[in-house]
Parts: sequence; structure tokens; C-alpha cells
Amino acid sequence: MATKAVTPRPAPARAAPARRGGFLRTSNGKKAVMAVTGAVLVLFLVAHMLGNLKVFAGAEGFNSYAAWLRTVGEPAVPGRTLLTLAEIGLLAAVGLHMWAAVSLARRAARARPVKYAARRRSRADGYVVRTMRYGGVIIALFVVWHLLDLTFGTVNPGGAAATPYERVVQGFAPARWWVTSFYLVAMAMVGLHLRHGLWSAFQTLGLARGRRRRALNVLAAAFSAVLVLGFVSVPLAVMIGVVK
Amino acid sequence: MNLTLKVWRQNGPADGGRMVTYKVEDVSPDMSFLEMLDVLNERLTLEGDDPVAFDHDCREGICGMCGMVINGVAHGEQRATTTCQLHMRHFEDGATITIEPWRAAPFPVVKDLVVDRGSFDRIIQAGGFISVPAGSAPDAHSMPVKKEDADDAFDAATCIGCGACVAACPNGSASLFTAAKITHLGLLPQGQPERDSRVVAMVEQMDLEGFGGCTNTGECTAVCPKGIPLDAIAQMNADYLKAAR
Amino acid sequence: MNYTTGEPIRDTKAPSGPIEERWDQRRFSAKLVNPANKRKLTVIVVGTGLAGGSAAATLGELGYNVKSFCYQDSPRRAHSIAAQGGINAAKNYRGDGDSIHRLFYDTVKGGDFRARESNVYRLAQVSVNIIDQAVAQGVPFAREYGGLLDTRSFGGAQVSRTFYARGQTGQQLLLGAYQALERQVAAGTVEMHTRHEMLDLVVSDGRARGVIVRDLVTGEIETHLADAVVLATGGYGNVFFLSTNAKGCNTTAIWRAHRRGAYFGNPCYTQIHPTCIPVSGEYQSKLTLMSESLRNDGRVWVPLRGGDERAPGDIPEDERDYYLERVYPSFGNLVPRDIASRAAKNVCDEGRGVGPGGLGVYLDFADAIARLGRDAVEKKYGNLFEMYERITGEDPYTRPMRIYPAVHYTMGGLWVDYDLQSTIPGLFVIGEANFSDHGANRLGASALMQGLADGYFVLPTTLGDYLAAGPFGGVDQADVQDAVSEVTGRIGRLLSVGGTRTADSYHRELGKLMWDYCGMERTEEGLRKALERIPELREEFWNNVKVPGEEEGLNQALERAGRVADFFDLAELMCLDALHRTESCGGHFRAESQTEEGEALRDDERFAYVAAWEHVTGGAPVLHKEELDYQYVTMSQRSYK
Repeated sequence: MATKAVTPRPAPARAAPARRGGFLRTSNGKKAVMAVTGAVLVLFLVAHMLGNLKVFAGAEGFNSYAAWLRTVGEPAVPGRTLLTLAEIGLLAAVGLHMWAAVSLARRAARARPVKYAARRRSRADGYVVRTMRYGGVIIALFVVWHLLDLTFGTVNPGGAAATPYERVVQGFAPARWWVTSFYLVAMAMVGLHLRHGLWSAFQTLGLARGRRRRALNVLAAAFSAVLVLGFVSVPLAVMIGVVK
Repeated sequence: MNLTLKVWRQNGPADGGRMVTYKVEDVSPDMSFLEMLDVLNERLTLEGDDPVAFDHDCREGICGMCGMVINGVAHGEQRATTTCQLHMRHFEDGATITIEPWRAAPFPVVKDLVVDRGSFDRIIQAGGFISVPAGSAPDAHSMPVKKEDADDAFDAATCIGCGACVAACPNGSASLFTAAKITHLGLLPQGQPERDSRVVAMVEQMDLEGFGGCTNTGECTAVCPKGIPLDAIAQMNADYLKAAR
Repeated sequence: MNYTTGEPIRDTKAPSGPIEERWDQRRFSAKLVNPANKRKLTVIVVGTGLAGGSAAATLGELGYNVKSFCYQDSPRRAHSIAAQGGINAAKNYRGDGDSIHRLFYDTVKGGDFRARESNVYRLAQVSVNIIDQAVAQGVPFAREYGGLLDTRSFGGAQVSRTFYARGQTGQQLLLGAYQALERQVAAGTVEMHTRHEMLDLVVSDGRARGVIVRDLVTGEIETHLADAVVLATGGYGNVFFLSTNAKGCNTTAIWRAHRRGAYFGNPCYTQIHPTCIPVSGEYQSKLTLMSESLRNDGRVWVPLRGGDERAPGDIPEDERDYYLERVYPSFGNLVPRDIASRAAKNVCDEGRGVGPGGLGVYLDFADAIARLGRDAVEKKYGNLFEMYERITGEDPYTRPMRIYPAVHYTMGGLWVDYDLQSTIPGLFVIGEANFSDHGANRLGASALMQGLADGYFVLPTTLGDYLAAGPFGGVDQADVQDAVSEVTGRIGRLLSVGGTRTADSYHRELGKLMWDYCGMERTEEGLRKALERIPELREEFWNNVKVPGEEEGLNQALERAGRVADFFDLAELMCLDALHRTESCGGHFRAESQTEEGEALRDDERFAYVAAWEHVTGGAPVLHKEELDYQYVTMSQRSYK
């Protein structure tokens, strides 16, 4: 029989007490990055959605709004300066958001190397949560298409020469129902992503406590719904001929 | 009742492990889940087989030692219940029950359904305490505490450290466990001097142990036998952001 | 089994002089250890409950080199965690007339005048420091709206001195001690060994110098040496198989120490709690306690006729027997624990018990619900009703609860002196594992108080006095080898029997025997029968037990078999002690010694002593009597009619 005198097992790793810095390396730090960049993107979506509604003001109103986006700030700064800054900011936010997501997903995968044999049953609002990762990927793909379609006009029937208004009307033409469908599906994903993302950001930033928790949860749902409705109203309006 | 059990068997950390099917007959609906496993083990022993190893101790839902994933749910379907307090009357005659250990890299399997939760102890070691040598304490009434704060601190302090939160979390995160202690001590005036260093050290230790990050899925609180609320995690996040600034 | 009577114990090392100054005197006379020397002194602490956890943390904080052991996977699992009610302290925050002297008096009286005055007085003195310490650690005690601590009265005390944290006081206090312990682990002063079970004590040159433990994960037998050993391994209620103890609670550590020379004090003193959920079948693995507070509003009854199979609701009022109200008209359902327990046993023995096996009595809330309304009852007892429903599947709002007494606490344990040192120099015993402060019956909310008093305050002082003469140098390898081969020999024997019955099945049988003959009511005839049957059963166990698996690796069946083997030996000593004490006192009720009213009748002339038993290998145990001398309280007889 194996006997031995005192050989303690190797001491487990321990973090140095209260080590400062390394914020971005901790899971909590990454979550905060996710929340803050998400908030930036939400603000962008709000502005985008409100801008989109200009389409109901007619071709001239919509086109001049599009032009204004490029000229705002002139002559104090050269044309497109603010837009470019915003684009850089957005790109950085998207990049950091995705970096944090990938990094946390990889950490999660490492934390559970052996999966459960029984299907793990969700005990909370599992569906919305499960869409976060693949939903995020779908949204990213959609953004690529969306830029090619309505920003650069590459895949738009009107081509690069068309006015923004023409691109919208031609892009969502009834004959191109599949484009519209893809847009609607993507918007539904955005809605779900926001539904959990917003709520999650409140939680991550430590705002969702006590009585506020319920209110913030409702707010996240209502906000997501309104935003999605705002976005889908445009292609639907084109499809049924309200905007032509 | 007669049941079919699919139980994870693993003969030590180095072994690969597999699901093994057992029939258990004449189970009384009044048995607890662990008593049902006792019956299986008595039989396996007499048949010369190796009984199924599982952790348990108080069998009254407070020590936090027991825990298994039953049909894909940590501690089983019944809410706010530890495995030892789950009774067989909640299962149907003829049912097939899948039983697995907590699955997480920081909870390596020791044998069968037994896992090593030493990582939880090390998270507490990192800062889950108030430093006060015996004999140095001032009179208990020298520091009044608002009843609401004391009650909220108590709610967080009821955590039994069973690890169900980690088992249920799709990310294998220990946030609820860690946050419960941070919230408990952070709500009390006694806990203030070490509040910042505590949250930073405990969060870092949690990461170092290899737990996943929280994505606010809420699965942890749904299976928590003591119903520790998600509020705790929000509190930990707020404290961490403040301390790490 | 026979015994011989040896030298009485004359000196318990308690200082003389006025009782309120004795602890101060002892603290002053205790030698101090130079801080630089503390690092060179190693102390082993076995067990991490309230006593062991607080002791290891405090000794680590003082600078000793501490090694702490527990059989669970974490020190936080120790069974102190399950204590519900609260912790007593003579704070007198209510101004209701409490004082150190009153807590002292209540505890001595509650113990039916079988506890040592000096120890109990110190316990009462230290109780106030415990609350301060726990609050400073962040233990979330219940508070009032003004922010100050709430207290309640408990266990018949006339003052409100019980501090509590809802129904989880033990959990919160243990977590406080656990956190203090983990802090010392991080600081490097305490080396923690979880999933390690102590299987023997190393005694060398007349001193306790170490322990032999089994690493439950690898199966390795390890030797750990030290300058002193502290046992904080809890009580032995699991000798009855069914008890409110955790499944792992066992006597092995203290029993091994007893075999190595530590006297065992009052082994027969057992506390049986009246309100537990009854056994539901043969497979039952443990019993669950329901708070005693239920008896404030519930009425206890059984059918008037035996064998009445009707549902409780179908039994009319005049065919029910509210026996506590009938026999004890002035206290009714609120008689003390031991009396309520025995009364339940009596009606069940008459064949009038209810539920499976006829071992249960009704605790009926119908009147309370009619009087106060369901909501009020739910508010008061909701969580208990839910727990009951969860376990039994019956709804206590519509059907009376079934309750039955269960073994809950053991007042007996290793004999210790005023310094908490056993008869082996260097072996200290604290908490439920020692015999000291509760006499023949423990008051509610006093177990937590004693565990923490020992661990935080008493032991760190008295142990220093012993260690001041250390370090004690090398340990004779022959003594280590002796203990190791004893342990490996036993394990080898257990594994090699290869019989036809599991250790659990023997444990159940032993437990039943103990419950029947050394339980709530003991008779000479029954105890003699038990003393005859236990050795036979033990013999059969060693020849027919089946322990699967190997010594290597995690083998829970082997762990259990080793514990059962020691329970056999302890059971025998318990019965012998119960047989020799022909009086009734506290939790020890001898049918032959009762008042005309059926209450416990003490025999102070012959039995006002602590029975300290010495183990003799291959011979009869030797009884050493420590006379109890009462200078500050007057002995009296209890009556609850």
C-alpha cells in the first residue's frame, strides 16, 4: 500500500493580490468593452433609423439629407470630415465588439471542453440568448451586403450613379422580394440582438439592480421593437407602393 | 417505479469516461434522488461492480456538496432545489434519466459524478473575506447596519457554493458565485475598506481558474438552489468598473 | 462487557478563586510563545466546522504553522453549516435582565447539573466576544429597523439572547470562519488538506505528535507530524445510522485518539430532537430536522385507538388524543425537547403512531389556520412547510404534519480539562468532539456558541501555554510506523473480507439496535441485550462485509466501512456508560429512574460526576470519575406539569 510522509500537492496558481491594470485581459473588462461599443452602435442605429424615415419626406428631402451627411461641418472643416470620423469610430466599435465577442466565446469554449450528453435545457430566456453569437455573424454579413447595395450601389439595380432615394426604391422593388426578405430577416436578428444586448449592457455596466431591473428589461424590449419597426417600415413602404 | 439511468462513469481524471446504462427497479416515489442512487450502489456493490461515486454530505440542502446534471438541468427540473432534496415522485415510472457531473474545465472530474471544486475556494482566498483577527473586533453595536442592507447581504450570503451556476452557464462562468460573495461583503459597512481590492482580486482569480465570462444569460440564477439573483452580478460589474478605473 | 474503576480525576486545571476571575487568571498564567518561535511550531487541526475552522484561522493569524484537514471537498461543507436556530450570547442588548451569570446558570441547569461550572462560566463570558467577532467578519445577522442586532428567545430561556440569521445561522457563522480560514490559506499560514480523512493519531514520547490521514482522492496514506494536534471532528450521532447529522459525520478521529489514550467523557449523553420528519421507508438515509418553533402553533396528537387507519381529517375530535396537552396541562405542546421526544416514543410504542411503520405523530395546524388564517401561518412557517412538502409530498396546510424524534447532538466526547487538553498531552479537543460544556443536555443555540468560543478564544490561549515548551523535536519513527501499519492493516482487512453484505447494511442494523436499546429510553435489560448483540454483529461485520474496489483512488465504500467499524466499538462503550449510570439525567433516561410523574430522576448522591473512560487494549475499559462540585448553582429537580 502506498504510504508517504507529507508531500503537499502543488500549490494552485493564485493571482497577485489586487493587481491593477490588465483590464482588457479580464473577462469583466471584455464585457465592458462589449457593452460600451454596443452602446455606440446602438446610438448609430438610432440616428440611422431616424434618417431612414426621411424617405417618407420624398426624394428631395431624402437626397438632401444624404448630401448633408457629407457636407456637415463645412466650411469649418473640409467636406466629409465628420462623416469619416464617424465611420472610423463605427469601424473601431464594430471591431472591438467583435474582438470581445470572439475572445469571450473562445474563453467559454475552453471553460467547457466536455459537452453535456443530455441536451442542456434552458431554464431562462434561452432562445434570444442563443441567437447572440450566430445572430451577430448574420448581422455582420448583412452589413456587408447592405453597404454594397445601398452605400456603394455595387449590387443595386440603380448602380453607383443612382441617387440614394432611387437606390432605396429600386433596391426594395417588389421584383426583388428576396432582397427585402433578407433585409427583414436581418432586422429581426438586429432586434433580437438588441433585445438581449441592451439588457446585457445594463447588467454589465452594473445598472440593472433592484427595482430598476424590471424597468430596464422592459425598456430593452420596447426600444428594440421600436427600432426594428422604424427600419422595416421603409422597405415595406416601398413594397406596398407608399414610397415610389 | 422502474427507471433507466444513464450515468457518466469515469474512473479518474485520466480516464476518458462514458455513459453507462443501469436499470433500477422498485424505486419508491418517496425516495430522494440520492437515496435512489444509494439503492443502485448497494446492488452494484453486491454484484461486484464499482458503485457510482457522487458527492453528498448533509442531505438537507445546505452544505453544497451534492450536485449533478439531471436530464440536462443542474440539480434537476425542480426549481430552487439541491439534488439531495429532489424526490423521485417528480419522475415518471419507466422514465430514462441522464445523470452527468458538473462540466467545466475548472471543475475537473475526480471520479464518476465527483468533481474538484477547489477553484471556488481559491476565489474566496483571493479576497472573499473581511480581515479581522480574533479578539480585535469592536462591540457589535458600534456599527449599525440598515436593515435593508443587512437583508440584501444575507440573501447574497446564502450561496452554498455548490457550483450549479457554473454547470448551467453556457459559458462555464463562475460569475454568480463570485458576485454573491462580493455583494454580501460589499453591502456591509465592515466590508468597505477592502471593497475595491476584493473585487479586482476575485475577478482576476475567477479568470485565472479558467471560468468563462458572463454573457448575462440568466441560466445560473434559474438553477441556483438558493435563488441568488442576477443583481449580484450587476453589483460585481459595477464594483469592478469602479475599482479598476 | 465489563469495566473497572480507576483513579478519580482530581485536577481539571481550572484556576481556583472567584468563578468570574478564573478565565482572566488562566489567560494571565498561560505562558506566551515568542512570535519568532510561532513559525517554528506546527499545529494540526482536524475538522473545519465552527470549532476547527475558527481555531485554524486564529492560530494561523497568530503566526503558527497550521495544517488543516477535512474529509469534504471544501472546509465550507462541515456540518455546522446546517445549524438553523441561532447562537446565544449574554449581550443583554435588550436590557431584559440577561447577564453572564444568567447564561451560565441556564446552561448548567439545562445540562441537568452534569457540566463543569468553571468551563460553563467561561463559555458565557466569551459568548459576548463571539458576536463582536462575527459581526466584524460580515456575518449578516438579522437586524431591526434601527440597524441594531435582533435577538429572539429560544429553548425556553426567559430572556431574548439568541442572535440569528434567518434559519441559517450555522451557515452564516461557518462561512465567516471559513472565509477567515481561506484568508490564512492565502497568507500561507494555513496549509489546507481537503478530502483527507484522519485515520489515526501519532503519539510519541507521551505526546500527540501527528496524524495518519488517507488522501481520499488518491488513496495514499500520509503521515503529518506537528507539535500539537487539535481534534474538531464533531459528534458521533451517526452511530444511530439515522440522525440529523451529515452522512459523513463519524467518530473515527476521536475514537482512534481514544484508543491511543484519550479518555472518553460521558459517551451515553445523546440529544434527541422531537420535531424531525419521520422515516418513510427502509431506504431512508438521513433525517431532517424541522425547527422547534413549529410547536408554538401546532398541536401534537395521535388517534385514541391503535391501528386507526383513517385519514387524519376523518378522525373526529373525540377520537384524538392530544397527549402532551393531556399529560402536561401547564406546558402542553411546549414541553422541553427530551420530554416531547419521549412522549412521542411512548404513544408509538403503544401502537398508536401514524404513518409508515407507525413511527410518527401528528403536528396539526388546523386550529392555528382557523384562528390566525392561512396567510399568517404561511408568513410564520412558510419555508418549513415548503421543506416538509418537498420531502414528504404532503401539504401541511391541509393535512397534519407527521413528526418523530431523531438523534441530533451528542453531549459526550473526548474528555478535556479546563485548557481543552485531553489526557494525551498535546492533544486538544474542541467543539462537539469534546464532552465539556453541555452536561447531560444541550440548550438550543448553545452548540454554535461553544464551537466558536473554543476555536476563536479559548484554544488559542491554552494551546500557546502548551506550545511554549516546544518545539518538541523529532518523532520516533517506530511510533509513526506503528500508527501507519495499524491503518494500512485495517484497510487491508476491510478490503479482503469479500463477504455478502455492504457496510451500510451493517450500519443500519447497528443503528437500529442503538435506537432501540440506547435511544430515548434505556433500561438495564435492553442495554445488556445491546452489549451482547453488538460484539456479535461486529464479529459478523469483520467476517462478512463486502467492500468493493481498491485502496488506491476514490473509494467511498471503503471510507464508509472504516467509519462503521469504529462505530461498533463506540456503540459498545456508549451502552456500557448508559448501563453504569443507573440514574436519569438530561438526554439520558433510564426507565428505572423516574419520578412518579415520569420525569428524569437524577441521583446526585451517586452520579454527580463525569464518567471518563480509559481504553485498555484487550481488556475492560477503566472508569475514571471526575466529581462535579457546584459552588455557584444549587441543584434542583425539573417539573413541567
